[in-house]
Amino acid sequence: MSLEQYKDRNVGEQNYYMVDIEDYPTTGWGKFTRVVKRTFSGELFVGLWVVLREMIKFDIHTVSYPQEKLPIGPRYRAVHKLLRLWESGYERCIGCGLCEKICISDCIRMDTKIDENSRKEVTEYTINFGRCIFCGYCAEVCPELAIVHGGRYENASEQRAHFVLKDDMLTPMDLLTQQQEYPGFGAVIPGTDKSVKKTPLAY
Amino acid sequence: MDTALLVETVIKIVVILLVFSALAGFGTYFERKVLAFMQRRLGPMNVGPYGLLQIAADGIKLFTKEDIIPAGVVPLIFKIAPVITAATAFMAAAAIPFLPSFTIFGYEVHPIVADINIGILYVMGMMAVGLYGPLLGGLASNNKYSLISTARAVAVFISYEVVSGLAILAPLMMVGSLSLLDINDYQAGGITHWIAFSQPVAFILFWIAAFAETGRTPFHLIANDHELIDGFGTEYSGMRWGLFFIGEYANMFFISFVMAIMFLGGYGDGSVAGAFALLGKVAFFFFFFLWTRAAWPDVRPDQLMWLTWKVLMPLAVINVVITGFVLMF
Repeated sequence: MSLEQYKDRNVGEQNYYMVDIEDYPTTGWGKFTRVVKRTFSGELFVGLWVVLREMIKFDIHTVSYPQEKLPIGPRYRAVHKLLRLWESGYERCIGCGLCEKICISDCIRMDTKIDENSRKEVTEYTINFGRCIFCGYCAEVCPELAIVHGGRYENASEQRAHFVLKDDMLTPMDLLTQQQEYPGFGAVIPGTDKSVKKTPLAY
Repeated sequence: MDTALLVETVIKIVVILLVFSALAGFGTYFERKVLAFMQRRLGPMNVGPYGLLQIAADGIKLFTKEDIIPAGVVPLIFKIAPVITAATAFMAAAAIPFLPSFTIFGYEVHPIVADINIGILYVMGMMAVGLYGPLLGGLASNNKYSLISTARAVAVFISYEVVSGLAILAPLMMVGSLSLLDINDYQAGGITHWIAFSQPVAFILFWIAAFAETGRTPFHLIANDHELIDGFGTEYSGMRWGLFFIGEYANMFFISFVMAIMFLGGYGDGSVAGAFALLGKVAFFFFFFLWTRAAWPDVRPDQLMWLTWKVLMPLAVINVVITGFVLMF
């Protein structure tokens, strides 16, 4: 196999064409003919037809947002969620503190204690969303897939403290069956096959 | 002057004022909807069914907003300027016949406030006086964008008054009267009698000039958003700005009426069908104002001057001369 096709650094479809631009007229007669040609070429009516055609087709692209929402990718990093174990419904978090340690904006705080079964129990878990930059390190470092990012991007609220407490983030027990696994940062966005192109780096 | 005529005239004035103030509001709604559809959007949708009450919401907002007079302006002129724009726009409507005369409760009504024998001259003159709104408002605003806008407004208006005046001269020579009623009756014979067919050059020229008169998009230099913020309206707020707006939209409607009556036969023989035909023609011209705004780019001021003085004015003069020769021989 030759390397010919890989040396072409244009990644997309190879259907460019050069635009044919005439030289600017220098003589008075040249300017006059250009004006006449442009005046009677009907380009203005092409413009009128294009917008009228769109109006007649009525192919509206508006998403009326509060009623309709566009799907977001599985790798989107919005407000965090704390997940539960599927079988027992117990919290996945083991209180290891790695997320607290890795957080580069220093916004995660957790309190733990040793409970009566000698297990580590998380008593308090808060994320200060005034500081959080949604980098995703906490979700990446978590060994138990306990803290993940959700798709809840509507963060307007009356108080800064909303969304941040453990009770806000933890999956409620009665909704355990609707809990969804976070596909994670390696997850493939739907429709990726169409947008992936040949890698031009096979030297 | 007898009392009946006085009462009738006052009623007509009030009706025209109310109808066209409301139409100016609806004009903004149509403009937003048409532009939205042409750009694959929906436009106002949330206030009322299909956003129809958006007009009321905008009106309430304009009426209740604080009337700010900035420091450094010339207060009296600053306050008067928007009134001039709105008032002259409505004064121009006095000589326009909006419908054929009809009979109601046995009383014959002529839907024209004043059938003066210099009708079209009065209408064009009043619309030209409307220039003083942008001129005084921009000069008094103490704002460099307003000042540039004023300079442009004067240049554009002078240029296009020449073209529109010379353009309608040729049809007026054929009709032999300045009254819009006489111009309408001249074309009462049907579609073949329309002046648009006997004077196509004048029609096109006047149409082009109408875009400059109303400051609509291909010649939207006076308040060009991306260059001059809102031009002469930059420092205005609340209802004073709203008066500029009402004046602009009322002007669009009135110039549409003038074009329909001058060139496209008006209401024809005065039947009900003719009345609806007139309203249809006006609606087409108004729609065309919105249509071009979605489709065409703006020209530069120097391009506009070039077009006016070097192309349109000579064409208008040649048109007048040829019409004169044809009428003479």
